[in-house]
Amino acid sequence: MKLLKILATTTAVAVLLAAPAYAQTRIALVVKSLGNGFFDAANKGAQEAAAELGDVEVIYTGPTAATAEAQIEVVNSLIAQQVDAIAISANDPDALVPALQKAMERGIKVISWDSGVAPEGRQLHLNPSDIGLIGETIIKLAADYLPEGGDVAILSAASTATNQNAWIEAAKAVIPEKFPNINLVSVVYGDDDSVKSTDEAKGLIASYPDLKAIIAPTTVGVVAAAQVVTDQGLIGKINVTGLALPSEFKQFIDNGASQAVALWNPIDLGYAAVMLANDLVEGGEAAPGATLSMGRMGELTLDDTNSGAMAPPFTFDKSNIEEFSKIY
Amino acid sequence: MTDTSLHRSLPNRLDNPFRSAVLSWESLLVLVALGIFILNSFASPYFLNAWSLSDLTFNFTEKALIALAMALLIISGEIDLSVAAIIALASTMMGLALQYGADTPVLVMVGIGVGIACGAFNGFLVTGLKLPSIVVTIGTMSLFRGIAFIVLGDQSFKGYPKSFAWLGQGYVYWVISFELVLFLLCAVIYWVLLHRTNFGRRIFAIGNNDVAARFSGVRVDRIKFILFCLTGLMSGLAAVLLTARLGSTRPSIAEGFELEAITMVVLGGVSILGGAGSILGVVLAAVIVGLVTFGLGLLNVPGIVMTIFTGSLLIVVIALPILFRMWRQRA
Repeated sequence: MKLLKILATTTAVAVLLAAPAYAQTRIALVVKSLGNGFFDAANKGAQEAAAELGDVEVIYTGPTAATAEAQIEVVNSLIAQQVDAIAISANDPDALVPALQKAMERGIKVISWDSGVAPEGRQLHLNPSDIGLIGETIIKLAADYLPEGGDVAILSAASTATNQNAWIEAAKAVIPEKFPNINLVSVVYGDDDSVKSTDEAKGLIASYPDLKAIIAPTTVGVVAAAQVVTDQGLIGKINVTGLALPSEFKQFIDNGASQAVALWNPIDLGYAAVMLANDLVEGGEAAPGATLSMGRMGELTLDDTNSGAMAPPFTFDKSNIEEFSKIY
Repeated sequence: MTDTSLHRSLPNRLDNPFRSAVLSWESLLVLVALGIFILNSFASPYFLNAWSLSDLTFNFTEKALIALAMALLIISGEIDLSVAAIIALASTMMGLALQYGADTPVLVMVGIGVGIACGAFNGFLVTGLKLPSIVVTIGTMSLFRGIAFIVLGDQSFKGYPKSFAWLGQGYVYWVISFELVLFLLCAVIYWVLLHRTNFGRRIFAIGNNDVAARFSGVRVDRIKFILFCLTGLMSGLAAVLLTARLGSTRPSIAEGFELEAITMVVLGGVSILGGAGSILGVVLAAVIVGLVTFGLGLLNVPGIVMTIFTGSLLIVVIALPILFRMWRQRA
């Protein structure tokens, strides 16, 4: 009994001491795993959003191992802390659903970003970009440096990769309207394997002597193609572009094998996630067709699954690759 | 009152029983658990709340169920590293059964049945073919999870019925979850089995010296085979609960659970060399692991720091009694 009394008193004191600090809105940014540069950068954006909003505290957390089970433990502890909102990049779209539903039942706003949760487990999902925007961006990256137009080829991952195929379809659709002088001569598949991607890139160069650009919307393929262009002394003749991790790709921007590449900007993503979560806490409604504020990133319009796309992929070139290569 | 000078019975142990109880591993664990509980209450205003404490139990119940059977297996001098892979395979088979329209009772039977079958397979390889259990179960760890990956690839099974989800998410009364009740029930059963039956005495005998046990007429292989089946059964049970709690199956389910279950067993005072240990210790260790992870979670301590903390706790709790003994011998 005495012990209980002591416990009760200390708790009461702790609550009193802690109360002023918790008067503000607390938004948890839950990531797949800690110690990952991509997510640390997202946290940077999240903190920026918190500073801009003023009365918001961002709790940056996540498990060590990127498993659904460990992430559920994190969500449970956030529920116990009665945070106002959870913005999660999920390790599993289905396994997190029961835990996140429990959070919503207890009045916590739940959004997913980057890696989504099934619709019944969140109020909205923030995609870094969407198929149409990505398809257009990868062609634009090549076209920007080809004022007279010319032959380009795509080096993809596996021929069965759903996302790759969707992007390539979108790219093909946008060429006649917006980039009429770009001629897509071939699409080859490197299976996200360095050796196979290298062979396919060499094959493209051999088969199409007038090739001006190789577009690889995969982080493995883009590095392989840039390496081939560098090794064969074709820098300045063939421009390699696509979706690339700045840290892996910096050397090819530096040596000129590539003018520019693109990928989602994690800083913007973390920033937008916190802005959206805050909008929900302040009474915003997540419903199909609704628009919610993402601060400096503009507005997010929700589709019929309550998800929306933030922006086209962010472009990295000589001016900013140095800075971003340190982040991810 | 009887005259004690006439009826002085011979004590069955030379230590003062009170003193030995105070100095026992279990009382040390109780102290550690209490200490962490109090620290948690000081550190976070959200800790002392019925729902928080209830959520806390979900952090350890499934692993602790496996730890109960694992304790018996380790006391007998064997080990099973494939338990998490058994969960993956059992969960996958439940998912398959679901595709063929199985209802909750069938799903539960499939999960437990697959668990027992996997355990029996391990047991056969160890006792029938005389292979070392650590080698066998490293192999079956890849085998069982491999099958799950072949069946599922990057897909998942979902759409489990509501009555099934209750097993992993439901509450028996107020904040007392079904998982917790099941764990406590199993803990009592395992306590009786290990500490109050001949079967349990034989497990200790095998762990201390299995040659001597064999010469004393203990059917060593049969008992070890049963223990592997029991570990499989508990893994199957854990698979049922975890699948119900997640509401879905992926081949990567329960990754890393084997080491967490073994941590609970070792922290609970079971000798990793076999021959010694208690169920009470394992239960306390499970509670401690739950308290530590949940308490640090409430403070939003990064998971990396949390694993360092659990690791240090393990080393400290194991080293303390040894250091204490060395210090007493010198004094």
